Amino acid sequence: MVDQVETLYLIASFLFILGLRGLTAAHTARRGLILAELGMVFAIWGTVIHPDIMAHLEIAGFFQTYKWILLTFFIGSAIGIAISALIPMTRMPERIALSHAFGGLAAALVGVSEYYREQVIAGHMDHTTMGAIGFEVLFGGLTFTGSLMAFGKLSGLIPGRNITWPLQNQSNILMFGGTFVLLIAVTIDPSNQILFYAMAAMPLLLGILFVAPIGGADMPVVITLLNSYAGLAASATGFALDNNVLIIAGAIDGASGFILSVVMSKAMNRSFRNVLFGAFGKVDEEDEAMVAAGGERVQEASVGDAAMLLSGAGSVIVCPGYGMAVAQAQHVVGELAEILEANGTQVRYAIHPVAGRMPGHMNVLLAEAKIPYTSLMELEEINEDFKHTDVALVVGANDVVNPAAKHNPASSIYGMPVLNADLARSCIVLKRSMRPGFAGIENELFFAPNTVLTFGDAKDTLTKVVEALS
Amino acid sequence: MLEIFLGLYIFMLAAFVGYGVIKGVPALLHTPLMAFTNAISGISLVGSLVAAGAHYNNVSTVLGAIAVLCATINVVGGFWITDRMLRMFKKQDPKTESAGDS
Repeated sequence: MVDQVETLYLIASFLFILGLRGLTAAHTARRGLILAELGMVFAIWGTVIHPDIMAHLEIAGFFQTYKWILLTFFIGSAIGIAISALIPMTRMPERIALSHAFGGLAAALVGVSEYYREQVIAGHMDHTTMGAIGFEVLFGGLTFTGSLMAFGKLSGLIPGRNITWPLQNQSNILMFGGTFVLLIAVTIDPSNQILFYAMAAMPLLLGILFVAPIGGADMPVVITLLNSYAGLAASATGFALDNNVLIIAGAIDGASGFILSVVMSKAMNRSFRNVLFGAFGKVDEEDEAMVAAGGERVQEASVGDAAMLLSGAGSVIVCPGYGMAVAQAQHVVGELAEILEANGTQVRYAIHPVAGRMPGHMNVLLAEAKIPYTSLMELEEINEDFKHTDVALVVGANDVVNPAAKHNPASSIYGMPVLNADLARSCIVLKRSMRPGFAGIENELFFAPNTVLTFGDAKDTLTKVVEALS
Repeated sequence: MLEIFLGLYIFMLAAFVGYGVIKGVPALLHTPLMAFTNAISGISLVGSLVAAGAHYNNVSTVLGAIAVLCATINVVGGFWITDRMLRMFKKQDPKTESAGDS
């Protein structure tokens, strides 16, 4: 039986890695997904014939053994499918944050369940298993509440701004250190239940305290880090249960989250430390006042002016940002592109890595609007082309097109890679108001002589432009 | 060799393989990648299934059952939504492709 289980797990691990390889190109991605799904079927098959379950099956019969598994599996599938099928693409970051919360909770619960079985009931637990369960509960709990916080901020249930309090970083670090000391203590003495439950409760609080001070626009880094933690929690579960497929899948998830958070931090030109402890991006009244004063110098363009500029352009690069997602403007961007292309205009899209609230957010939205992925360009691919382009159309983006990042060392975003929208012959910026972006700083692009601003909801404005052109 | 070391070797190698493969995933697919790895790490389902099915004791069974629920939402929902996203990524103009694509 053990041989069968291990064989099935081996096949599952192989299929997971092969499936992941499929994701390295858009045209093989769905094939990869099917391989991974097949891998999951093998992993589950291998588990329902686990020796401990089979032992129970012999005594209690099929229904008694599998009733909980079947019931929760069907309810879980129904919930999972309902969420996934119905959620709009603009809310994908929330969906991902929520799923990290579920993943963290599942890992933490399995950890507590194992502790209860081996230590509380059977009265014995060895130190290595205890250490693994400790990590599992720690990462699982941290991921659970941290992701719920991220979900709350993304969905607007909790204020998205950074919530700060005195000695925040010091107290957070102290508490994290304390949790670690508890983890070591309980590994040395697994029989101390009070220590264990205290250690299990602390990460729940820490998750909330760590994410509270981080502002909405830093969410890409938070989500990717929590992705990594969810993976580490799954891996720790594997160590606790001596289950290799869990270790492997968790390690892959952890590596993926790690890579993505590095990509995100680089795209913001900031270190992890700065994102996690910086409480950056305080949009306060002072900045608003400053921008309002400078706001007189911008050139405003009517919808008609914008439509005329676009219809006369031979090439257009669209620079989307979080504002496009908020306004749900991706479909009308697609319609506009269709009209312009029918007119012989080349339309491409410049996707900044941190545009939106999670990695790849803009790509998914534009793909939803039936824009072929071959016109979605990464920053490095397209940044040289702006200077040969007639119109850069900025839809709901701000900091990622701020030229101050290139030449103003005094700017707080100096050094961050930005899209060269300022180098296009002319630049149309669609903005709701003169409010600054998340960094709370003025955007030089808006005051440039070749830039015009069209105020209003991006979706409304673009709809009117489309009407004017067709 | 201690079992924990065997586990650590597996972890280390899997992390390097994961790193190497995922490095090659284009930014275009980063959102599907997150949903995908999320579904895979719902593999903690495997751990919760044993807890829910082996009936060691009531506490373990109940905790395990809740964990199966959470993990299933991730596995089934994660694969579902990854597929929903990947289906949207089209290479050519959707009108010319939809004729040949099922």
